[in-house]
Amino acid sequence: MTLTQQILSRHYRNKPLVAGEMIMADVDLALGNDITSPVAINAFKAAGGDKVFDPDKIAVVLDHFVPNKDIESARQCACCRAFAAEQSIKNFFDVGQMGIEHALLPEKGLALPEMLIVGADSHTCTYGALGCFSTGVGSTDLAYVFKTGKLWFRVPEAIKVTLKGKLRPIVSGKDVILDIIGRIGVSGARYASLEFMGDVSSLTMDDRFTVCNMAIEAGAKNGIFPVDDITLEYVKVRSDKKFDKTKAADLSDAVYAKEITVDLDALTPTVARPHLPENTVTLDEIASERIKVDQVVIGSCTNGRLSDLESAYRVLKGNKVAKGVRVIIIPATQDVYVRALRAGYIEAFIEAGAVVSTPTCGPCLGGYMGILSDNETAIATTNRNFIGRMGAKTSSIYLASPYTAARAALLGYIG
Amino acid sequence: MKTGKVFKYGDHIDTDAIIAARYLNVSDFGALSTHCMEDIDESFASNVRHGDYIVAGENFGCGSSREHAPAVIKACGVTAVIAKSFARIFYRNAINIGLPIVECKDAADAIRAGDEVYVDLAHGKVTDATTGETFTFPPYPKEIQKIIDRGGLLND
Repeated sequence: MTLTQQILSRHYRNKPLVAGEMIMADVDLALGNDITSPVAINAFKAAGGDKVFDPDKIAVVLDHFVPNKDIESARQCACCRAFAAEQSIKNFFDVGQMGIEHALLPEKGLALPEMLIVGADSHTCTYGALGCFSTGVGSTDLAYVFKTGKLWFRVPEAIKVTLKGKLRPIVSGKDVILDIIGRIGVSGARYASLEFMGDVSSLTMDDRFTVCNMAIEAGAKNGIFPVDDITLEYVKVRSDKKFDKTKAADLSDAVYAKEITVDLDALTPTVARPHLPENTVTLDEIASERIKVDQVVIGSCTNGRLSDLESAYRVLKGNKVAKGVRVIIIPATQDVYVRALRAGYIEAFIEAGAVVSTPTCGPCLGGYMGILSDNETAIATTNRNFIGRMGAKTSSIYLASPYTAARAALLGYIG
Repeated sequence: MKTGKVFKYGDHIDTDAIIAARYLNVSDFGALSTHCMEDIDESFASNVRHGDYIVAGENFGCGSSREHAPAVIKACGVTAVIAKSFARIFYRNAINIGLPIVECKDAADAIRAGDEVYVDLAHGKVTDATTGETFTFPPYPKEIQKIIDRGGLLND
């Protein structure tokens, strides 16, 4: 079985599984946010739900429109807050503790290797970076898990992605995943798991989070990395639990529907043009067009971690953002924020002419904190560049790494 | 299912197009349905009538996990969505809330905007009443059929 199939099997009475099978598996952690939880809470109550199956296996993070952007958002948060209190959900993260969910849960040691995690948020696939099975589901799914602790899954086929070589310093996990999506398309991994193998030690944990985060942008059910020394190093300061490294022998009978290779040595900074993440070009190719940007967003569950801010800092420190460009930098969690503060990144950003926001999903999904006007253009380290995603339906989003976005902040154009 | 008029869209219709996140500060699907398809088809919400159908290309519903997407389509009165393929979270959300979805490449290719169509879910058949053409689609896996038969995941 593949890495994904093995984890699903362990959550389904250790029954050997094959792709395409339908199973009702045990869930270790179920996540909701301020947009998806209210719908789940309503569905749970409408279905006669009283007490959740296990409050310690539920996490609720208020992050999308939080700090509350308006009265309606405030009401949705109040609904989540009341539910967390009534159900004694201790992993409830409100303003002051909250961060963007997919940066926060690994940081808090709530997402760990070998787990089966579902979240009513499509980027829940991020945690596969830690060697767990983790996937996005809907609010009715979440309500069903609230009630039963279980959920239905179709056992996915796998696409094996072999990484070869080592990334150059200006190239990051974002470029790896944009390159893959550009090659296989936004539905290239539909229903399948993306299983990363080969020279995975070339990627840091932050790179792996970014890669798995955008597995959904290729249509994948999940992305997953094997557990290695880098994983164990990350996990050991966050959890008392002990985990084994993945051994090649564990995968001797794995069947892959498709295999692709990524030449890390040859990879260069990559950009996705509007309005699909598959519209990729290299930065070298697009630079000659000198595409003017009105706004730069550095943050999100994809690229709001400390190393992302560090790469933006390296470009921005001592420089000034181009006239007419609005640069918005959003540390993904309180911990990232305070570390960036201590490292001097925040001061450098402000001196460069950028603004720094409290953690929030904010502009990524067109919520608030940086909405685009008619015909405006943004370059963003976020994950989707669909029509209207960050504001007016005539606006445009180019997706890129923090390095590439920070360069555009100084130049005033993509280059 | 009764005959209804077709609204036709292309490939990769994402959940932001179906219902933009800027409206998701509320969870009332009836109220949200007035914004359904707004960014790609401003007139959809005012023109769609109870019993109409959506026909689309590949990967319908890609992007966000927001269940609001199939829920607002259902709240608009759409009988079923017929597409070449569905993104996986949209697929499970639609099944879970009882919005019929039909994966049928031939139907999605042939049916034109404005045609009158109807779907026979039990026999896996789509009929274009305007052209007289019929198309077949395979049955759902039995576990999924059970959820459909119950009218949704949370219905016992």
